[in-house]
Amino acid sequence: MRDLSLHLLDLAQNSITAGASLVTVGLFLEENGMLTMRLEDDGKGMDKELLERVTSPFATTRTTRKVGLGIPMMKENAEKAGGSFSLESEVGKGTVLTATLDTKNIDCLPLGDLSGTLLSLMLTNPLHPDFLFEGKSPKGEDTFDTREVRAALGSDIPFNEPSVAAWLKEALDEVINSIFGGVLI
Amino acid sequence: MKSLADLEAIRAKTLENINMRKDENAARVVIGMATCGIAAGARPVMLAFMDEIQKRNLQHVTVSQTGCIGMCRYEPMLDVIMPGEEKVTYIHVKPEMVPRIVSEHIVNGHPVEEYTIGAAKD
Repeated sequence: MRDLSLHLLDLAQNSITAGASLVTVGLFLEENGMLTMRLEDDGKGMDKELLERVTSPFATTRTTRKVGLGIPMMKENAEKAGGSFSLESEVGKGTVLTATLDTKNIDCLPLGDLSGTLLSLMLTNPLHPDFLFEGKSPKGEDTFDTREVRAALGSDIPFNEPSVAAWLKEALDEVINSIFGGVLI
Repeated sequence: MKSLADLEAIRAKTLENINMRKDENAARVVIGMATCGIAAGARPVMLAFMDEIQKRNLQHVTVSQTGCIGMCRYEPMLDVIMPGEEKVTYIHVKPEMVPRIVSEHIVNGHPVEEYTIGAAKD
């Protein structure tokens, strides 16, 4: 993975597969350069045994191969950038993934096209689930909630309708801009 | 500043198009977006398709994603399924290849042979 936004796109897929109805993405950048990425869902959760096994590259839910690299690669990229990785989960309640990274560390991945990731998630899951994005940095903070969008648009119109997609793209760019001030770390 | 009020106008405009996209004569683009696909660059490809469809105002096309197709070395991969025809699998797709796939295959019905898995050398 070349950047954090791609990790996010990949990891959010796990939440969607777990049957989440709301996926919450949080990105918080502190004054001291520590970045926290948080992914929370209300999907089916994992039991203790799976939770312990899931950071291994040899645990996966897919059937085409015996390896699953999404979570182990995120863990490695967080730890080598002077950060940490944790997963909490409860069966029937959902899962919270937290990765911290020191953006001043030379091995820290760039944030990447965050707006593109959020847009991709919404376009490839046009009717369900909902996404809540919360971001904060020393330059500002903002949120984006697809439940508000659906309330205004009507829940029968999918997000991948071209005119809706164009609106989402501009709205997301504005939100990311107001959080990180245009220049991404 | 984008406001939620814009969405009401969009709603009115799109309601009629939606039924067209649901019909069985719609072309389907299915992009592999598992870890392997994403790492290889599936996201800009998917966004390029959405962009091109909007630019050309195509009504009978849907773009969706799937998981790992099992041939990770060929990612980013995608299938184009035209109504009533066999699927065509494109490999190593880059965003700059998308306009050609849309115009030659989806609009005019001729697959871009040189981008397909049939043209793979290994």
